[in-house]
Amino acid sequence: MAPLSTIAFIVENRPGVLFKVSNMFRRRGYNIESISVGPLMDRSLARMTVTVEADRRALRNLIEQLRGMVEVVRVKPLDPRRTVVREMALVKLNTSDPMAREEALRLVNSHHGLILDIDEDYIVAEITGSPGEIDSFLQEAEPIGIVELSRTGATALEKGELKL
Amino acid sequence: MAEMSGAEAFVKALKREGVETLFGVPGGAIIPICDALYDADIRFVLARHEQGAAHMADGYARASGGVGVCLATSGPGATNLVTGIATANIDSSPVVAFTGQVPTSMIGADAFQEVDIIGVTASIMKYNIQVRRAGEIPHAVKAAFYIASTGRRGVVLVDLPKDAQTGVEEMEFPEHIEFKGYSPNVEPNPRELDRAATLLAKAEKPIILAGGGVVASDACGELLKLAELLMAPVATTLMGKGAIPSGHPLHIGMCGMHGTWEANHLVSEADILLAVGSRFSDRTTGRVEEFTEARIIHIDIDPSEFDKNVEASLRVRGDAKLALRGIIERLRQISRRGREGWMRRLEELREQRRIEEEERGEGVKPPDLMKTLRRLLPKESIVTTEVGQCQMWAALHFDVYAPRTFLSSGGLGTMGWGFPAAIGAKAAKPQVPVVDIAGDGSFGMTENNLATAVEEGLPVIVIILNNRVLGMVAQWQRLFYGRRYFGVHLGSSPDFVRLAEAYGAVGVRPGSLEEFEEAVRMGIESEVATVIDVPIDPEENVFPMVPPGRGLREILVED
Repeated sequence: MAPLSTIAFIVENRPGVLFKVSNMFRRRGYNIESISVGPLMDRSLARMTVTVEADRRALRNLIEQLRGMVEVVRVKPLDPRRTVVREMALVKLNTSDPMAREEALRLVNSHHGLILDIDEDYIVAEITGSPGEIDSFLQEAEPIGIVELSRTGATALEKGELKL
Repeated sequence: MAEMSGAEAFVKALKREGVETLFGVPGGAIIPICDALYDADIRFVLARHEQGAAHMADGYARASGGVGVCLATSGPGATNLVTGIATANIDSSPVVAFTGQVPTSMIGADAFQEVDIIGVTASIMKYNIQVRRAGEIPHAVKAAFYIASTGRRGVVLVDLPKDAQTGVEEMEFPEHIEFKGYSPNVEPNPRELDRAATLLAKAEKPIILAGGGVVASDACGELLKLAELLMAPVATTLMGKGAIPSGHPLHIGMCGMHGTWEANHLVSEADILLAVGSRFSDRTTGRVEEFTEARIIHIDIDPSEFDKNVEASLRVRGDAKLALRGIIERLRQISRRGREGWMRRLEELREQRRIEEEERGEGVKPPDLMKTLRRLLPKESIVTTEVGQCQMWAALHFDVYAPRTFLSSGGLGTMGWGFPAAIGAKAAKPQVPVVDIAGDGSFGMTENNLATAVEEGLPVIVIILNNRVLGMVAQWQRLFYGRRYFGVHLGSSPDFVRLAEAYGAVGVRPGSLEEFEEAVRMGIESEVATVIDVPIDPEENVFPMVPPGRGLREILVED
């Protein structure tokens, strides 16, 4: 598998743009690991963060393919050393067993997560962190019993004065 | 500002873009626009199938250098355009396609003749938009022509729901248009030009590979100047044919699967290869690992071509004309080395090819037909081709002296393209002879456009190299599949002479080279379309040929 790279880009915030962008990735044979989107303060624009499998040459070409799209306003591959990357996961755990519940609460706590909902048999937790941190939480939570999982995909900003 | 319907605004917007000719087929979802066109001073060429209309617009664009425009209704009208759109776009031909669409209130309901043409065409065009109301039409039309005709040219489709055509609004017609994500004007970076000039000046065995971008940016003069300055042989891609006149001492013909002996060898042997406006198609490079030993300088207006197929040592983003001009200016200040050895090598390879050619057998051979045709046609004539053996014979043996006079479906290789494209080219340049070099298989795919050629008074000439077989597939089956011919024999139907006559065109079947000459002369003079059906040997192969997946120097010259 090629290494994972994160690309941030700004697109016109119009119907159909997400389709065109993701269609281009598909058409050119790039495998999207995760994608996240949201509007900017100027709501005519949206920012996308895509994590994709690509070696150096493929990544360079992908950036140019994105730049070539009329709907794409700005593009930048993000240098992992100069970028903060975060992702959120919502996780539903089966905690009908008291031991499991105790373990689940301890685990969420130790990952600085939040308990969003709790009832007799289930808890819903929110975990935020780098994609790797979320992976390790999930690994530890798996023996407890993950009933349902929803991840947002990575979102990222560059550090300091760097800017897209 | 004036109040008018979307359809009226559409026509006004077309006029503002200088559109004189529209190719299309009407239908239910585009009737309001047809009604507005009734009073407009725009020629409407009625195709018999929308694919033909799209190819006509494409041929019109390639012959004229302007934008070609086609129009179709929703649903099947729109999907019939698809092959034409993909063909034009991959060859960077500026075409604007307009499609009718069901009313916005019905979009998504699987209404009669509804198809999601935006979704269908998204990956085969430069840009597409669906208008949502009448007032958006002037902007959408402006955007379509602007995007299709600037930067790397391509196809733009505008989908026009019926209620947007009928809606009445105050209309504003923009003079200029801007997109935050689109800046087509690309001045090459001076530092990159410095580096390109330095590399070229140091080269001992430089070669230029001229692609369609040279023609698109009108850079043929600059190309020739640079080639002469460097004493660099010029190979072309199929799309670059015409970028340098055949017969120029530095012209070495096409490189690739059916490249010339000298082009394929020199490309492989060069130490610096300057590629201008070429996307390094697999048909040009052969096995990409063995393409060339040279360091590559890649000039392209579209940076997404960089590193896509071939990795270059130096990438120069920019318009070919500006980039070549910049390099020429710099080279004047740099001393060049002699190129005697390199030129000797070129002559040596040319000599070898001449020997090959002399060994060609008896009978009416396609290469002789091409040479005869060239002798009979005025230099400014336009030749289009179908796809397959006929295309490669034309590419190899029909000399071309000017850009935009040899038109062919390069990237998509669309059989059936050449004839409607010839009709479109004739509409753009009625004063010059326009000839489609066809095979019987290809011509059969769009022959119904004979009706258009006859009814519209567009007297093109079709030369069918008729071997009653899908020749290129048969050639592959002959050479690489032990003559296990499958699905290639076309039989004796139709009789193309009588077919032509049924359409009201002229049909001729010459039996010799002399009769062929006579037929071509007659076709040039004819006021109706002429179909010249030339029987050729079905066993004939196109050589030279590099077997698929092999390096450029592994050239077959005989069975």
